[in-house]
Amino acid sequence: MADTVPILRIEHMTKRYGDKEVLSDASLSINKGELKVLIGPSGGGKSTLLQCINFLIKPDRGRIWLDGTEIIRAKGKALYEYRQKVGMIFQDFNLFDHLTALHNVQIGLVRVRGMHGKAAKERAIQELDRVGLRNHMHQYPAELSGGQKQRVSIARALAMDPEIMLLDEPTSALDPELISEVLDAIRALRSSGMTMIMSTHQIGFAGEVADELIFLEKGSIVETGPPAKILYDAEYPRTREFCSKITELYANSSS
Amino acid sequence: MNELFFLQPDILSALTRGLWVSVQLIIPSSLFGVIIGVTVGALRVYGNTVVRAAGDAFVLVFRGFPLVVQLFIWYFGLPHIGIYLTPFAASVLGFSLCSGAYQSEYVRGAFLSVKTGQMMAARALGFSGIKTVLFVTLPQAFRRALPGCGNEIIYLIKYSSLAYMITCIELTGEGKIIASDSFRFTETFMVIGAVYLVLTSVAAWILRRLEGRLYIPGFEQYS
Repeated sequence: MADTVPILRIEHMTKRYGDKEVLSDASLSINKGELKVLIGPSGGGKSTLLQCINFLIKPDRGRIWLDGTEIIRAKGKALYEYRQKVGMIFQDFNLFDHLTALHNVQIGLVRVRGMHGKAAKERAIQELDRVGLRNHMHQYPAELSGGQKQRVSIARALAMDPEIMLLDEPTSALDPELISEVLDAIRALRSSGMTMIMSTHQIGFAGEVADELIFLEKGSIVETGPPAKILYDAEYPRTREFCSKITELYANSSS
Repeated sequence: MNELFFLQPDILSALTRGLWVSVQLIIPSSLFGVIIGVTVGALRVYGNTVVRAAGDAFVLVFRGFPLVVQLFIWYFGLPHIGIYLTPFAASVLGFSLCSGAYQSEYVRGAFLSVKTGQMMAARALGFSGIKTVLFVTLPQAFRRALPGCGNEIIYLIKYSSLAYMITCIELTGEGKIIASDSFRFTETFMVIGAVYLVLTSVAAWILRRLEGRLYIPGFEQYS
């Protein structure tokens, strides 16, 4: 493990709005096939960190390497190519409202990767099949449940053959009953070897699947470690406090 | 009173001729109007500060000047700088720009109503800014703007009657000639009015069909 090049590495990522630093000097690296989970209170910088990684938010400072190559001039074509390799899943799904499930998955293949309609359609159907939505491919977002929308968005990201996926609270906007279908899809992704960085409040799920938990608060990474350590034996009192509160909440909500 | 007055060959052919000129004015003007409206509307939402300011200024002027004044400027004013437009060309130019200014307001509002998360999703997939607008926000904005834009096209059908003021003799112009010659003002303009009513009804029907064709579940709450 030590001599492998991490698939993604970020160093000293910093973002400030006015004089408020929303992300302070965050660094992390992730190897192929790993799943790292960002936890921490809302407004702690989880979303900002994820969005800085694919430049949806432009960081003020910080460096990013993908596959050992530094992403230097994040502009124009180079940026569009980099983003194709970094899939993103949003809390609010952000499906394109005017397109069916099938076309939501297909559009990136056709318009960004320049694939032909027929090949793109086959690929899109394949990805929808993978998240169990083949039978819903002709439905529009307004006709799908939240869980189905999120699974379409996972298929849409996967169709671009990303090397890593960023998941920004993928279940936070879902009805409790619909959470498990999305978690199942993420579990399946994990076992297929996809590298992922995910932020979530589903602490139980995080403990079960993550290689590492990263506790972020007030824009800073407070503590990093394997789930067992962070959840039950954290070094910092603040981490312990947060984990015990959220574990209790999770236990209540799942009963 | 002779009820068959309007069926006399010369009167009928004058009316048909006028109607044909009107249709020739309305169709290109409404098409150019929509194209200008979508372009200016998009630039006013997604352009940089300079482009936005230029778009706002365009709308301010072409929505603020009375249309007749605009037509006079195109037809009587431009020759002073050596540009001679035919009455027809000056009319189409004036109608397109004025209609485009109004359309751009509907289009701008519709662009702003598309949820920003979708633009983030498009960018995260590797879409460039232009592709995001063309393939993600424009198709949605167009649907949401359609009822307003349709309304503007109905207006255009009626204000096309101003073309006769710069000697482009369309339906209203022919009507004025017939009325002056025959002194049958009331009947003539009743007939002319009825023909415009038919035109606007046909346009409204076509627009409703188009809205139906472009219908997508989830968009009904906005229209």
